[in-house]
Amino acid sequence: MTERAEKLEALAQQRIVILDGAMGTMIQGLKLDEADFRNERLAAHNIELRGNNDLLSLTKPDAIRGIHDAFLNAGADIVTTNTFNATTLSQADYDTTNLVREMNVASARLAVDAARAAETPERPRFAAGALGPTSKTASISPDVADPGFRSVSFDDLRKAYDESARALIEGGVDLLLLETVFDTLNAKAAIYALEKLFTDLGRRLPLIISGTITDLSGRTLTGQTTEAFWNSVRHARPFAIGLNCSLGAEHMRPYVAELARVAETRVSAYPNAGLPNEFGEYDETPTQTAALLREWAESGLVNIIGGCCGTTPEHILSISEAVMNILPREISERPAHLRLCGLEPLVVRA
Amino acid sequence: MNGLFVNIGERTNVAGSAKFRKFITEGNFGAALDIARQQVENGAQIIDINMDEGLLDSEAAMVRFLNLIAAEPDISRVPVMIDSSKWSVIEAGLKCVQGKAIVNSLSLKEGEASFLEQAEECRRYGAAMVVMAFDENGQAETEDQKFEICQRAYNLLTEKIGIAPEDIIFDPNIFAVATGIEEHNDYARAFIAATKRIRQNLPGAHVSGGLSNVSFSFRGNNRVREAMHSAFLYHAIQAGMDMGIVNAGQLTVYEDIPKDLLERVEDVLLNRRPDATERLLEIAESHRGKGAAKSTSDLTWRKGNVNARLSYALVNGIGDFVNEDVEEARLEAERPLDVIEGPLMDGMNIVGDLFGAGKMFLPQVVKSARVMKKAVGILIPYMEDDENSGNSSSKAGKILMATVKGDVHDIGKNIVGVVLQCNNYEVIDLGVMVPVTQIITTAKQKNIDVIGLSGLITPSLDEMCNVATEMEREGLKTPLLIGGATTSRLHTAVKVAPRYHGTTVHVPDASKAVGVVSDLLSNNRRQEYEQTIRASYERIREGYARGQTHEDRVTIVEARKNCLAINWTSYLPPQPTFLGTKSFDKFDLIELEPLIDWTPFFRTWDLVGKYPRILEDERIGKAANELFTDARSMLKQIVKEKWLSARGVVGFWPANRIREDDVAVYVDEGRDQQCAKLHFLRQQMPRKPGSANLSLADFIAPKESGLADHIGAFAVSVGAEADSIAQRFEEAQDDYSAIMVKALADRLAEAFAERMHQMVRIQHWGYAPNEQLDNDRLIAEDYTGIRPAPGYPACPDHTAKGTLFKLLSAKESAGIELTESYAMHPAASVSGFYFSHPESRYFGLGKIERDQVEDYAKRKGISTREAERWLAPNLAYDPNLQKENAPD
Repeated sequence: MTERAEKLEALAQQRIVILDGAMGTMIQGLKLDEADFRNERLAAHNIELRGNNDLLSLTKPDAIRGIHDAFLNAGADIVTTNTFNATTLSQADYDTTNLVREMNVASARLAVDAARAAETPERPRFAAGALGPTSKTASISPDVADPGFRSVSFDDLRKAYDESARALIEGGVDLLLLETVFDTLNAKAAIYALEKLFTDLGRRLPLIISGTITDLSGRTLTGQTTEAFWNSVRHARPFAIGLNCSLGAEHMRPYVAELARVAETRVSAYPNAGLPNEFGEYDETPTQTAALLREWAESGLVNIIGGCCGTTPEHILSISEAVMNILPREISERPAHLRLCGLEPLVVRA
Repeated sequence: MNGLFVNIGERTNVAGSAKFRKFITEGNFGAALDIARQQVENGAQIIDINMDEGLLDSEAAMVRFLNLIAAEPDISRVPVMIDSSKWSVIEAGLKCVQGKAIVNSLSLKEGEASFLEQAEECRRYGAAMVVMAFDENGQAETEDQKFEICQRAYNLLTEKIGIAPEDIIFDPNIFAVATGIEEHNDYARAFIAATKRIRQNLPGAHVSGGLSNVSFSFRGNNRVREAMHSAFLYHAIQAGMDMGIVNAGQLTVYEDIPKDLLERVEDVLLNRRPDATERLLEIAESHRGKGAAKSTSDLTWRKGNVNARLSYALVNGIGDFVNEDVEEARLEAERPLDVIEGPLMDGMNIVGDLFGAGKMFLPQVVKSARVMKKAVGILIPYMEDDENSGNSSSKAGKILMATVKGDVHDIGKNIVGVVLQCNNYEVIDLGVMVPVTQIITTAKQKNIDVIGLSGLITPSLDEMCNVATEMEREGLKTPLLIGGATTSRLHTAVKVAPRYHGTTVHVPDASKAVGVVSDLLSNNRRQEYEQTIRASYERIREGYARGQTHEDRVTIVEARKNCLAINWTSYLPPQPTFLGTKSFDKFDLIELEPLIDWTPFFRTWDLVGKYPRILEDERIGKAANELFTDARSMLKQIVKEKWLSARGVVGFWPANRIREDDVAVYVDEGRDQQCAKLHFLRQQMPRKPGSANLSLADFIAPKESGLADHIGAFAVSVGAEADSIAQRFEEAQDDYSAIMVKALADRLAEAFAERMHQMVRIQHWGYAPNEQLDNDRLIAEDYTGIRPAPGYPACPDHTAKGTLFKLLSAKESAGIELTESYAMHPAASVSGFYFSHPESRYFGLGKIERDQVEDYAKRKGISTREAERWLAPNLAYDPNLQKENAPD
């Protein structure tokens, strides 16, 4: 284990670790225009780039650094790189795949620099390299007439994740965050890429895997139950397994509780600030969110918490204060059964 | 059934379910999905999916099926077991499943390195793994072997690469019991006992197995099979088996098994008494569910009268009681001949009928013949005393059989000979390399009724034409049969039949021979049959002539322009570890045994299907199994008692392409003194843009590139002793074993070539030192570099073997000689060139034009006419036809 990983483990043992809040909605709040998404090299790019937030690490690095600093000041232990869409698969929509490596390296440096600047000997801070779900799905056919068709292959995904993860590590991140997993097969391609990459590097980085539950059915977009999702990705031996996005804390609770029951590792959760209103805005207040998450912490469900869409530095501040004196969930030992799954889990007892 | 036991559905398996196979091969994936759905509805908690079918793109089928399942939540709610003997299929499947699947299977068969590498991959893909009790020495059969292999695998997986024990599922091999073979008696007990030891000593690991194998001997008797399955599971689950591939809808409740049946079933499964099989057979009939299965160890047939017993012994190929039964029959009969013409012929007629109706198969018929010969052998001394009996008078006809001059291959011919003898024809077998004069003289002297010619290599086609011409010249009228691997109805109709006024018939395989001969010799049917054949061959000739509207060919000049453009500037040819030749004497047969490709072995016996699935085939599985058991037992003896010696030679020489299609082979790295020049041929079919007109020469660096490229060559043989061993069997009236030893020698020679190529790649030429391939991938030629053989599609001219053998001194160093038709003697030999370039690949030359043949003749310094003779099967034109039109 690297020194940074050891520090992270020690911290997680001591208390509930605080993740940062939303990058995307924070950027929206900056009200940037097209020019902000361009630099000299992109001046003549013939596709609209506004909305390609990951580019801002190159074109407006100070703005991104500012967001990181704000979350660190609010009490986040981990800040997440601005790389949710920085894979070749997602950047293809903007014709900016050639910048993927650069975006990831630059984003990683911004987050690492911010974390190091905020770190004190008593209070370590960490930068997590974000790996998003990409804009493709390996388990579902986009063609209703041909359910056997796939628009992306496992190998395409594996290559894309490999490229992004390498660049993030090159940029110095302390851990990786495979987040908003809506298709577990995409995540498995990422895990495969990371396993190979860790072997190449001769060291492993802590990895948080965070799935997302699409609606109140309680399943992932590709149909898995929470336990099946965990069984599918356990082989990554993650630092933590969790859920994020989609639902607000209120609706997410039963599934976090389910993870807390089944996972033999740390549990993370970073919900949205409630459900979006009719204007697409999140209006759960910091106090509301913090109260819900405090209850999770008291019930011993979580080891790592933070916020997703709509959460601001104020939310993170409230959350961090709310859970400050509550012990993290104890990691449960579970019998070593063979744990298989399709959409649903199947346990073959030892 | 035990609530903790996990059922794995077995029906979505192309090898196990004929229905599923049909849907998949037809591309009817909708219906195939229904089978998967039914299994889940019937309680399968996991579904096993297997697409291993020779005619199928297994990877594509696996991917498509799994992708479709993903869209069916009522199926994809359960985990899948991705089942294939090919790692590439497994890997393609793993890339399609979001859940945690099971890989079926891995094993130590190819050694620790590839086993661990595949296990690591399973972990990266997030799959559990079935590990078979199978190591470098083969499949575990005894309790100790089963446990020890599993223990070794367990230690490797958990200690060396840290696989979680709970992700390991052992399959300690469920084999068929009650087969009548003594060594099989303990298989079920051994599985159960090994399971117990695995669960006790290898904590966390699971045990699974394919259940239906155990009752294989009782196919057709579902009630007994179900009882065996339930009883087996009852004991195996108690021992700790916690998963199994089963047909969940077809299990009886253990308590519902009738007590008498249960006791005997358990006697068999637990190997509780030596006569367990016989005792189960005794009552199996009364518990019959449906169908009809017979087993050789059922001795109730001994209760019949002597005629019935002889007939039964013939049909079932049982030689154990022939002595006493024949003796009894002889004493009862007036004359010894009556025994032959009575009960023995009656039995053989049944064999003939069953064979004709497709209810018996070639190896079984050959076994019947062995019993017949044994019986006749017992009677002959008495008949010689009996002045009145000329034993040929009763024969249905006299058939002359010969492998033509220049050819040494006789397995097919011998099989046809045996089948004909079974049907009461007298067969006069002149052997191999038989000159035309001997055929004609014998035919005249012995009043032969039918002449059968056989040959394997392409030059034999020409020799058959020659025999037909000579028979015509000598005024023979005897019907002529043509058979052998390279012969065809088209060739017989177009090239052979027009030369001879007698009836000429192509016989595609041994099963057709009896029908053809009996039609030809029947007073009633002969005329009609001959007319039918002549008319149909006339139609074939007309069709052929019409089809000769000249196939599109490009000129050789254009073809050469479109050669394979390898970029030599960025290439560094690998250097062999030695130059010149190296010979291998007494190569260990043990190394070759696991490399045997069994599929062609079965084809030799007219059993068509891919190994190992052929053993489970509904129609021919039983015959295939019996044959395979016999083959393996002989193979064991061959290896153990060193019946055959494997000899071979390989060599490497500096080589460069010196003209488009010619390669110079040099004495040394000085590269100025040539020791041989190899002339290759080039494809002349019109190619799509981007695909080349290939020649083997393309794979060798041109002289002007300045690169130090090399070519290799090899000749290996396993057959030197096979002929004399076969002859001893023949003398002992055992044609079955005679054919068997030759067929096995052929397979061993092929395996030797495969092994040698592997050693060349890894060691002697050494350009792929880290190669790790299992047998399937070896057979699929999934490696770098090729070993094309003269006489085969990429270089069809057999005469190239002349040069090859000179380079290798193959006669002195490997004991292989060439006949005048360039057949290798002994027949169980393989030779060829080695090319190492990564882009080198096998291809078919196809038809070539006159321009290339004339150029080739010039390059080789032979006449165009001779070149045309050797290349006859590859000519895009009819040399005779055009020559008549051309001015002399």
